[in-house]
Amino acid sequence: MTPALKLDGLRKAFGGLPATNNVSLEVTAGERRLIIGPNGAGKTTLFNLITGDLKPDAGAIRLFGEDVSHLRVHERAHRGLARTYQIITLFPKDSLEHNVVLSLLGLSKARWDAFRPLAIQASLRDEARRVLGMVGLEQRATRPIREVSYGEKRRVEIAMALAQRPRLLLLDEPLAGLSREERSAVKQLIDAISRDVTVVMIEHDMDTALDLAERVTVLHYGSVIVEGTRGEVVADPKTREVYLGN
Amino acid sequence: MKWLVRILFGLVLVGFPMLGGDFYVNLASQIFIAALFAASLNLLVGYGGLVSLGHAAWVGLAAYTSAWLYLRLGLGHSVTAPAALLLTTLMAALFGWIAMHASGLGFLMITLALAQVLWGTAYRWSAVTNGDNGLSGLTRPAPFGIALDKPAAFYYFALAVTILALWMIARFAGSPFGAALRGMRDEPRRMAALGHNVWLVRWITFVYSGFWGAVAGLLFVYYHKYIHPSTLSLTASAEALLGVIAGGAGTLAGPIVGAAIVMLLKNYVSAYLERWNMLLGIVFVLIVIFMPEGVVPGVRRWWTRWRRQ
Repeated sequence: MTPALKLDGLRKAFGGLPATNNVSLEVTAGERRLIIGPNGAGKTTLFNLITGDLKPDAGAIRLFGEDVSHLRVHERAHRGLARTYQIITLFPKDSLEHNVVLSLLGLSKARWDAFRPLAIQASLRDEARRVLGMVGLEQRATRPIREVSYGEKRRVEIAMALAQRPRLLLLDEPLAGLSREERSAVKQLIDAISRDVTVVMIEHDMDTALDLAERVTVLHYGSVIVEGTRGEVVADPKTREVYLGN
Repeated sequence: MKWLVRILFGLVLVGFPMLGGDFYVNLASQIFIAALFAASLNLLVGYGGLVSLGHAAWVGLAAYTSAWLYLRLGLGHSVTAPAALLLTTLMAALFGWIAMHASGLGFLMITLALAQVLWGTAYRWSAVTNGDNGLSGLTRPAPFGIALDKPAAFYYFALAVTILALWMIARFAGSPFGAALRGMRDEPRRMAALGHNVWLVRWITFVYSGFWGAVAGLLFVYYHKYIHPSTLSLTASAEALLGVIAGGAGTLAGPIVGAAIVMLLKNYVSAYLERWNMLLGIVFVLIVIFMPEGVVPGVRRWWTRWRRQ
């Protein structure tokens, strides 16, 4: 079976400092993969390379067997790639519904319609409501983003990604900054994502997200130092070294 | 209530030439042209977040093309008008492609530079543009056999074209395409990640805004029956940009109000006050201090606050 995501010798340096250093990894379709590592390990850089926000200095990125290394960001989205952001990146003045509609528009032909009002696109609105319902925010659909709580914004981030029905979903620290209750709500949400979707998730803190993943990759200074099942990675002394310091 | 205000406003617009003298009717026509010009720029500045300081290029280019084709080739308005719109739009496509290589301040500087090239050409290429003397001896078209030489006739013509253009611009802003454009103004990276082609959407907007700028240019040259390089100047671009920002960028009514303020100060107050430019400056400083978001959103804010009390 072709892997959902395959990275070959991916490199990216900022001013001579390697942020991604010869990273190769494979994620099988339907897998839940956790990428952990301390601050500055190059986790978000790795995501930005996969999405195309950054161009790699060397190496190749394959989505479902297709080399997408030279595709632009929006073209990769059309190949079934969706992501969320560690730092919440929403449209604060617009309603939750409008945020999700923008996400739905991204893959819809209707985005080129420059004449008919957006307001009459009932199918988009209904779908946005449905997706907001999936993350438990249907009641808040008409509220502007800036009026809802941080935890709710995190859920909108996930809703916007899920709205696109992606094949590969990249979650960048989806639990960051959440209270314990909010965290378990978001965890349930991630747990409920269909197995048709491959999920790669970044977490800074190992314990919070470990139970969401089958396989774990540990990044340190831009390199993969440990990879394996949950148990293998936890037992590996190199993991401890990274997290407990030396 | 809202409908009543609209109907009243419509009646005033339609009845104005019967009440006002020629001076005021002509002033109103010029305000329509300036409003259309500012509204076309607002597509870029307000909805796209792309601040251009070269928008006068489209007014000037369309005006010069139409004038030159008439004077040198003797072509009628039914040919010169579409030809001027086409050439200007194609030029906007080229300029947009160049300017879109930069963003923010770089974009502003490139649009300024490109417009300055046209301005310099208009001044220096006398064989075609007649240099500083400008091109005169032009006529107004007579659509459906109706002569537009009387102020009232031209007023209705300019009003009709402006309303049509503003309606098209409003439809554009309210469409899915417009929503995507606004999304790119606020979070371009996120929009790209959602599958939106940021570059293409912005470029199309640039071309579209250039097209409506060209329409304003045709009205401009029909009104004045004369064209001079100053139409292409930085001052002309800056005035439109001031109008957009003062009225309220990214709103439909904002550029219209802003352009009206500029035109009234320029054409009306200047009759009484020699230093009208200073007054223009003071008015803008006051707007920026009391309504930094522009007159239209500012008045709306004051109105809702007043009604709550």
